[in-house]
Amino acid sequence: MNIKVIKQEQKTITQSRLLSTLLNYKPVLWLLPFAVFFYLFQIAPMVWVFINSFIYEETWSIENYQEIFDSAFILQSFHNSLWVSFWSSFVGLILAALLVSSLRHLNSRIKEAMIAFTNMSSNFAGVPLAFAFIIILGTNGAVTLLLKQWGWIDDFNLYSSWGLLTLYIYFQIPLGALLLYPAFDALKKDAYEAAALLGASPFQYWVKIGFPILSPALLGTFIILFANAIGAYASVYALTSGNYNMVTIRIASLVSGDLFLEPNLAAAISVLLMLLLAFITAINQWLIARSYHGK
Amino acid sequence: MENNQQLLHKSIVYGISSLLLIPILATFIYSLSSSWGATILPDGFSLKWYGELLTDPRFIDAFGRSLFICIASLALATLLVLPMIFVIFYYYPKLDKVMNILILLPFAVPPVVSSVGLLQLYADSTFQLIGTPWILIGTYFTIALPFMYRAIANSFTAINLKDLIDAAHLLGASTSKAFLLIILPNLKKGLLASLFLSFSFLLGEFVFANILVGTRYETLQIYLYNMRQTSGHFTSALVMTYFAFIFLCTWLASRLTRGNNL
Repeated sequence: MNIKVIKQEQKTITQSRLLSTLLNYKPVLWLLPFAVFFYLFQIAPMVWVFINSFIYEETWSIENYQEIFDSAFILQSFHNSLWVSFWSSFVGLILAALLVSSLRHLNSRIKEAMIAFTNMSSNFAGVPLAFAFIIILGTNGAVTLLLKQWGWIDDFNLYSSWGLLTLYIYFQIPLGALLLYPAFDALKKDAYEAAALLGASPFQYWVKIGFPILSPALLGTFIILFANAIGAYASVYALTSGNYNMVTIRIASLVSGDLFLEPNLAAAISVLLMLLLAFITAINQWLIARSYHGK
Repeated sequence: MENNQQLLHKSIVYGISSLLLIPILATFIYSLSSSWGATILPDGFSLKWYGELLTDPRFIDAFGRSLFICIASLALATLLVLPMIFVIFYYYPKLDKVMNILILLPFAVPPVVSSVGLLQLYADSTFQLIGTPWILIGTYFTIALPFMYRAIANSFTAINLKDLIDAAHLLGASTSKAFLLIILPNLKKGLLASLFLSFSFLLGEFVFANILVGTRYETLQIYLYNMRQTSGHFTSALVMTYFAFIFLCTWLASRLTRGNNL
């Protein structure tokens, strides 16, 4: 009798313990809906792309990758994308840095207005931006005509690599400026004054103090601009109707074009694009780490 | 010397910002001019392009569709992200680091790459997804996620979450009641600012809309693209109307965040 009661009690104790541990995990339930959606729309597509890039005619192979390296056309798209991304990020970063560093010397009202303006113009991208560029820099665009009249240019083809570069630089400047505003706040006036007191010229100040302090932020911003440019699709698609050979255009035309759908080849190009980005980010991290060692 | 420097800085700032302003201004003038051929200045001004645009039922429909998709995906994102961040910050603060890496994914993976996988995965699903607004709502949630997570997480670190909840518990409130009545009002500004910001670039999203859905459910951006063959004045009026809307959203967002800092 007694033993039975004790056993019963033990049972309820283990049951309630089980219940309380389950209750402890109740908060996890609130993470589940998020996890499901994030998996369905972010993780699963990535996994599909990675796995299927290694499948050619339903068997495991690296045929897709071989096809990329044998195709001058696809390699050209990589070359074009890299060229535009690198130079637009480089020029965009310099212009954004100039803008932000000069802005620090102006009064706070202009500063606030400029931050609001860059915020706004960073949204002027993609299809609307391409249209605006066609209006001002197209064959009969007002700016093209003006520059021709002044004799600055003979001819300007917006639909060529230089036209694309102009367009890309345009959308890199506001983004670069927005990313650099906080970084330039790290440059204290005291440091400049202290350097000046010790006899440094403005040039020496920038080379020895300003630039080393800023270099991690500049490198970090560069990589974000680069990733932004190499993944861009809407503006080049709208500008050239998909006729200019870029990596994103190639990928999209292999999955949603009118003919020759090759999703697995598109997947392989995508994987290479991601690897490229990862490689450039790694170099960047290495440079940032080195710049700290230098100090 | 001082004055010279000031002049230099001013000319750099005004120079670069006027470069940024040229396309916006030109589009604006173009949308207002009755015709502007191969000349540097337009022939005359009129509002007829705006009139034409605002009476085009296709434009109204596309605008309505875009609004529906953006609002629905932001509602979904709020429903999914708010409880998730609360649970992470209250019960498992260590997960914040993991989340900070996870939310980089929508940034790091270009939309074109994601759409390759999405197209193949959901092409033959029993519940039709490709070509419908539902797939866009799901993918737009991932686009908004990084911004919403950062903004809301910042608001969470700004309040004493543990103390507030403990005080509410002491006074007899359940955790969910405390969340709804105490925590949520404290997050309002950060949440709204991130919603307006996300809204402004979801409205400008083109890649997913074009590849996953296309003309089967014409959103604002797709409509804009499809109108490229019509008059440039008409598309300019369209771009300007869209831009005015974006301007309103970013302005509201910046007003809210500035209020937050005070």
